[in-house]
Amino acid sequence: MNFEFSQDQLLLRDQARGFLAEHCPPKAVRTVLDGEQDWDETLWNKVAEMGWQATVIPEAYGGLGLSYYELVIIAEELGRAVAPIPFGSSIYLAAEAIQHYGSEQQKSEWLPKLASGEAIATFALSEGPGRATVKSLAAQVSGGGLTGRKIPVPDAGIADVAVVVAANGDGAQLVLVPLKQSGVTVTPVRTLDFSRGHGCIEFNNAQAETLSGAKDGWLATQQLLDRAAVLYAWEQLGIADAALEQARQYALERYAFGRQIGSYQAIKHKLVAMYTKNTIARSNAYMGAWALQDGPEQLPLAAATARVAAIQASLFAAEENIQTHGGMGFTWEFDCQFFYRRAKLLSLAIGSEAHWQDRLVAALEHGTADPSQQVGA
Amino acid sequence: MDFNDTPQEAAFRQEAAEWLAANVPSAEEIAGLSRLETAKLWQKRKFDAGWACIGWAKEFGGRGASAIEQVIWRQEEGRYDVPASFFVIGQGMIAPTMMAWATDADKERYLPKLASGEEIWCQLFSEPAGGSDLAALRTKAEPDGDDWILNGQKIWTSGAHFSDYGIIVVRTDPTVAKHKGLSFFFIDMKSPGIEVRPIKQLTGESDFNEVYFRDVRVPDSQRLGEVGQGWQVALTTLMNERAAIGAGFGHVNVNTAVDVAKAVTINDRPAIKDSAVRAKIADWYVKEAGLKYTGYRSLTALSRGELPGPENSIGKLVGAPQLQQISSFCMDLLEASGAIWDSDWAEEQDKIATGYLGAPGLRIAGGTDEIMANIVAERVLGLPQEPRADKGIPFNEVPTG
Repeated sequence: MNFEFSQDQLLLRDQARGFLAEHCPPKAVRTVLDGEQDWDETLWNKVAEMGWQATVIPEAYGGLGLSYYELVIIAEELGRAVAPIPFGSSIYLAAEAIQHYGSEQQKSEWLPKLASGEAIATFALSEGPGRATVKSLAAQVSGGGLTGRKIPVPDAGIADVAVVVAANGDGAQLVLVPLKQSGVTVTPVRTLDFSRGHGCIEFNNAQAETLSGAKDGWLATQQLLDRAAVLYAWEQLGIADAALEQARQYALERYAFGRQIGSYQAIKHKLVAMYTKNTIARSNAYMGAWALQDGPEQLPLAAATARVAAIQASLFAAEENIQTHGGMGFTWEFDCQFFYRRAKLLSLAIGSEAHWQDRLVAALEHGTADPSQQVGA
Repeated sequence: MDFNDTPQEAAFRQEAAEWLAANVPSAEEIAGLSRLETAKLWQKRKFDAGWACIGWAKEFGGRGASAIEQVIWRQEEGRYDVPASFFVIGQGMIAPTMMAWATDADKERYLPKLASGEEIWCQLFSEPAGGSDLAALRTKAEPDGDDWILNGQKIWTSGAHFSDYGIIVVRTDPTVAKHKGLSFFFIDMKSPGIEVRPIKQLTGESDFNEVYFRDVRVPDSQRLGEVGQGWQVALTTLMNERAAIGAGFGHVNVNTAVDVAKAVTINDRPAIKDSAVRAKIADWYVKEAGLKYTGYRSLTALSRGELPGPENSIGKLVGAPQLQQISSFCMDLLEASGAIWDSDWAEEQDKIATGYLGAPGLRIAGGTDEIMANIVAERVLGLPQEPRADKGIPFNEVPTG
């Protein structure tokens, strides 16, 4: 049994944590939250110097060609720090789409720029209230032109290019749309997490290139979301653990009725419930990472399981962290809000809890064998 | 990451598997034997071949196997339907206590027969007035020459009715604070004055007993630790308790829920297509898989020769309530028929009612959900204990309600 990161990977985690403690302290998150900026551009450039965006992009396209085990470690640390940068949109979603479904020319054009952080990409699926399906898509692509509206699109205001899921006849198609063109209008949209910019994008016969590797655009979308689900799960796990640590610290420092609030069972058992959910989420995230890197047949079940567990753990930890803090947790001044906003934002980003519960059971019904059973565990 | 054995582990697994294949008793061999007789036969056979208690030192009947080898052995033995539960408490909890506290002569006398299954041991800790608050126990021992005289009552004693020996914590000084007035002995369960009465559980089965002590004479030479040091000795036993209890939670799991949900309908559609049903199944799968993979992380630590982290401490806390929830929900899906617990009518759903009725016991045995949460809070998260009203007060002045 070797169900653990390597020593080098664990070292990377320590380095990433130290790096973000220095370059993305709570003050940096607060600056974006309070200000007019959509993101922390300085942090983005520093992260790029570390090569994080390049982690899994092949060396032939300017990347580092490392494994997803390295990328999930970075994702967890970005979550822990509530980093206000477009990492998920650009790397977990758009770069993955281009790498797996793009033509040689599309990969050569975009991947090196995404790997270096010079360009930012995003992914546009949602068109408004309700779960997107292949039948619900109104944005249409025809004859190389895309027309329609996507909302909310993360990082729409700063992205150079978007991977868009659009209707094409009865099916769906993945298209690559440069955003700095006349057929594209981006309007800012405020979300509950002010530290991350979002927008509405109107496409008016905008120039769009097909990602031709995606023969069935809807199936490719689901596969992309499975991959992103694992990566987001690790980021959510970082949030969940950081929120638990903050709650624990406060429970040790705060006194009520003459003793530490952490000595009351009502608080202890709440924190144990957080620890339990976080542990379950972490172990499922391990399985997700394994499936993403080494077990493609297991990915639909492992990704959905990791995603549901991470949504539940991160929301519970963020919510109950505020509750543990009492009134101070509800203030603008305290940092509890960072986790609360980001945990909810990410739990909606690529499909809700109910959506992934549904996909999890669909994978169970489909029934894939468990590779770990080979050792009789 | 992968799920493979190291070459050494694979070689050990093969050796174990080959021995098991050649030696597990056949159906004919155990025909007519009770479960206990079968267990003793199997344990003795393992012992004679060096496959009993493999983690123990050779001198006590083991083979000094590593932690990961013990896990591999349990996995391989677990492929066969061989009874083992009779020895779990003795070998898993009592033996480590004896190893830490008994004299060399007693270790030599008792441990090999514990390993071979020839002698079975029970643990006499809980009392009517001391369960979660174990140190509130009242069974007393008074000195009489070179002996002690025991009077009182123990409860929830698994296997007392077929045990040869037992370990017991008793109060030897009621005038000092409760943890300080305890002492620890091992006793012969055939001693005059011991009466074992089975407890009928709400499942109808009897796994536990009440054990009464009336002027039971115990030699001082059977004391483990100093007089007044009983609590420290008891902690050795308790530290090994969670390792011994809580592996596996019956035959009801998330697959049971999937099977039932496929078999019945809600509003004329398969129940598995109902979104509320799907949400519950997904949540249970998340926890079941999460516990399984948490176990893999601990195994990895063992395989690397490291101590596992505290993550496995959540197992019983998550698993036991989940058994109750899943079995309850499966009964709901069956609607009125869910109440049937009659194999003449619905054999395939027997395990569901059995799981539901047994679940409260699992949520209590070896530490209630609440005590388990306190343990995780204090030992893993480092949170402070609740203030205790009996702290520092002589035991005989503590309010008892």
